[in-house]
Amino acid sequence: MTAVEPPVIRARGLGKRYGDKRVLAALDFEIESKGFMLVTGPNGSGKTTLLRLCAGLAIPTSGELEVTAPRETIGFAGHEPLVYRELTAIENLDLYGRLYRVPERRERIGMLLERFGLWEARNERAGSFSRGMQQRLSLCRALLHEPALLVLDEPYSGLDDAGAELLDRELAELRPGATFLVATHDPARLMPLASSRLGFA
Amino acid sequence: MRRYAADVAVLARKDLMLELRARDTLPAMLLFVISALVVFHFALPSHSSDLAAKGLLWVAIVFTALVGLTRAFVAEREQRLIDGLLLAPCDRSAIWLAKAISVLAFLGAAEVVALPAYAAFFSGIGWSTVAAVALADIGIVAVGTLLAAVAAVSRTRELILPLLFLPLAIPVVIGGVGASVVGSPGRYLGFLCLYDAVFAIISWASFEYVVTE
Repeated sequence: MTAVEPPVIRARGLGKRYGDKRVLAALDFEIESKGFMLVTGPNGSGKTTLLRLCAGLAIPTSGELEVTAPRETIGFAGHEPLVYRELTAIENLDLYGRLYRVPERRERIGMLLERFGLWEARNERAGSFSRGMQQRLSLCRALLHEPALLVLDEPYSGLDDAGAELLDRELAELRPGATFLVATHDPARLMPLASSRLGFA
Repeated sequence: MRRYAADVAVLARKDLMLELRARDTLPAMLLFVISALVVFHFALPSHSSDLAAKGLLWVAIVFTALVGLTRAFVAEREQRLIDGLLLAPCDRSAIWLAKAISVLAFLGAAEVVALPAYAAFFSGIGWSTVAAVALADIGIVAVGTLLAAVAAVSRTRELILPLLFLPLAIPVVIGGVGASVVGSPGRYLGFLCLYDAVFAIISWASFEYVVTE
C-alpha cells in the first residue's frame, strides 16, 4: 500500500482584492504532486494574480492557500524576465545560482545556456537581448535550481517557433519529475501534458 | 549566519556592479552635493557663523542621500526585479541590508569629495564632524532604504519618498549639527548611535512586510 502524497497546492475559498477591485473570489482547487494544471481565461481574469499567490509573491485577502513546496523549490517565470539589464546573461544566472545555492553552479548555467541557445550571447548584457532571448533567459533562470514546482505565466510569450519547440521539449522532459501550474492563452499546445485545467471566465 | 552574510554579499556586489555599469547614481550624487555647496558658499553672507555653515553641510548631506535613495530601487521597480529577489530562498531582510550597504557606499563616496569641498569653501572640519557624518550615514541609509522600498511600489514615489524620509531625518540633522559645533560632542554622537540602532532594527525587521503585496 502506497501513502497518498498531500497536494502541492491546495486552495479553499481563495480570494484576492486590490483595494476595491476584486481579482479572485472563492476559488477552490488542488494540484497533486507531479500534477500539471493549466490555467486559462481572458486577459484580466486573474490568472497572473493566482500564479503570484501560489509563488508566494502576494498574500491572499480571503480564504486559504497552502503551498507545501518550500520557496527554494519553486521556479517562476512571469511576464517580466526578472533579469538585470545591465548584467550579462551569465552574470544574471550566476546571481540567482548563488542565491539558490545551486550545486555545480557554473556547469548547470553553461548547460542551460547551451540548451536554450544563449551560449554565444552569454557575455552580452541582458538589456541588449531581443524579447525572445530575454524569455529564454527567463526560463533558464526559472529552471536553474531544478525546481519541484514550476509556476509559468505565458511561458511561450515572445518565443519564436524554434524557441517554442525547444520549450515544448523541455516541459515534456521535466513533466514526470515536477509539479506544474501554467497560465496560457494556447491551451491546445500544453493539453497533452496537462492533468487538470482551471478556467477563468 | 554565514549563509545570511553570503546572501548580503552577493546582493550588495550586484548593486555595486550595476552602478559601475550604469553610472547613474553616484555621478548624480556628486554633482548635487558639489552644486549645493557652491550655491551655499555664495548664498551665505561672508560674516556668517560656523554654526550656519555646518547646518548647510548637513542639509547638503541629507538631500544628497535623498538623491541616492530615490535611485535605490529603480532597477527592481522598473522590471519588477524585486519579484526575482523575493522568490529567492534568502531572508528578505538580506535584500534591505545589501541595498543599504550599496547606498552607504555611494553616500560615503560622495562625502569623500563633499567634506574636503566644504573645508575649502567654508571652514575646516574636525574629527567630531567626520564621526557624526559616519554615524548619520548609517541611520540615513537604514531608514531611507526601507522608505525607498515603500515608495518604489507607489505611483507617486518621487513625492512619497521625501515626504516620508525628511521628517525622519530631522533627528539626524539635530544630532549631526550638534556634534559638529559643540565642544564635547559625546552626547550628540551617542544620540546618533541610538538613532542608528533603533532604525536599523525597525527597518531590518519590517522590510519583509513592506515588499510583500
